[in-house]
Amino acid sequence: MALCIRLPLHGEVIEKLRAGDQVRLNGIIYAARDAAHKRLVEALDRGGKPPFEIEGQTIYYMGPSPARPGKVIGSAGPTTSGRMDAYAPRLMAIGLKGMIGKGARSQEVKDAMRRYKAVYFAAIGGAGALISKSIKKAEVIAYDDLGAEALRRLEVEDFPATVINDIYGGDLYEEGKAKYSITLKSPTRVLASRISPEAIISGIPASGMRTTSMISSASGASGTGSSSVAR
Amino acid sequence: MGKIKEIQAADIAQTVARLCQEANFFLGEDVVAALLRPDEESEVARQVLDQLLENARIAAAEHVPLCQDCGTAVVFLDLGQEVHISGGDLYTAVAEGVKIGYEEGYLRKSMVEQPFSARINTKDNTPPVIHTRIVPGEELKITVAPKGGGSENMSRFTALKPAQGRQGIIEFVVNAVDEAGSNPCPPVIVGVGIGGTAEMTMALAKVALLREVGKPSPDAEVAELEDTILRRVNALGIGPQGFGGRTTALAVHVETFPSHIASLPVAVNLQCHASRHREAVL
Ligand code: SF4
Repeated sequence: MALCIRLPLHGEVIEKLRAGDQVRLNGIIYAARDAAHKRLVEALDRGGKPPFEIEGQTIYYMGPSPARPGKVIGSAGPTTSGRMDAYAPRLMAIGLKGMIGKGARSQEVKDAMRRYKAVYFAAIGGAGALISKSIKKAEVIAYDDLGAEALRRLEVEDFPATVINDIYGGDLYEEGKAKYSITLKSPTRVLASRISPEAIISGIPASGMRTTSMISSASGASGTGSSSVAR
Repeated sequence: MGKIKEIQAADIAQTVARLCQEANFFLGEDVVAALLRPDEESEVARQVLDQLLENARIAAAEHVPLCQDCGTAVVFLDLGQEVHISGGDLYTAVAEGVKIGYEEGYLRKSMVEQPFSARINTKDNTPPVIHTRIVPGEELKITVAPKGGGSENMSRFTALKPAQGRQGIIEFVVNAVDEAGSNPCPPVIVGVGIGGTAEMTMALAKVALLREVGKPSPDAEVAELEDTILRRVNALGIGPQGFGGRTTALAVHVETFPSHIASLPVAVNLQCHASRHREAVL
């Protein structure tokens, strides 16, 4: 089911990927958070060379917990990608092809992804223990003084990720939400588990319903969302 | 006169150290039960929830943190007024416990000094954030609740006009969860504070997260508000990890306090699914 990808990413694979695709990544990725990004970009600004060849590579927004003796790495899940938005377009301009993190990207980053043909994947936030199993090697290659935030080279096997933004403007966060957003009209559509139908019928203020439908239609799929739920 | 109970600072440090580790390795039974919810209709969402359960299993089995962000060490102390601490001072003992716990547990140290400029890592995850209440009795109850940055960054506060009332609160909270989207690692637990003054409203929202997941407020009117907000939040469609689905929040917990006649302060503190808190009584 999930698409197996050998890194580095190249044009053909990138063109195939669509928002919502589940993938398993194999090969080398680089782990960096905001502090490392800041230094990377500062180095580029000074006309210096980055500590690794960025062309074609994938960066994982992650700062691990320390490895126990004999282990490759500690817990290793994604951090919030939005903090890297200020730096990402700059790196895509010099060839960065993949980003892995969690959370929505800015419009500027999404535009850059289309322009430079790069993909944004999500790893499961808060599943750092599980994700650590797919990391086979880890070494700090720069900015050692940053500790958890140092720049790391990771070798991954069957690293589980989901395509959020593809090069065609697809966005799983928007599409997934639109598909499941509902207007609270009848109790049959309400799935919160610990509520009795009586409470639902008596407890919905009219103005609340108006606002909910506004939110759903703003996401563009109020009609389809409701009908798919009703079925 | 009640008798005075002596508690050694070293015991406090040791207890805090143990709680820091337990909180990071073992997901609470209440959260596990909530993640097992059967009514998620999105296949992708169900897969995510399964992976979160598998993550919890691995973390417990191998003593690996549930999440690499082992959080700011937030510590709640309910200090009985008959307790006397000997062999050191209370807050130093708590900080010492955090230091030991994060080192021994191979937990990530995430605190930086001078947050607006140098941002130098303190290297031992100190200082903790400590909230103390003096209570009757001769016990010290310690709750360690590590809080990750991803969900904490989505915190919101507003001073509503009293006329905005219940409906204003609902809109504000639902909107906060909506705007947070996938950032706080949904499914989340939504902590809401209503009333008090600004700093207290925020603290109420945080304390709300310590409640057993899904246990309604004992106040019927508040419980009804929790239900309404939960339904609204889960109708947003964000779903686990923001991939779309029904399970955006596992629970909404509301804590209230009286407020000034001119005020209706509301605070939201979001807790990711890696909801971590452990307590002990000395
Ligand atoms: S929000 Fe919670 S689960 Fe997500 S990365 Fe932060 S601490 Fe971990």
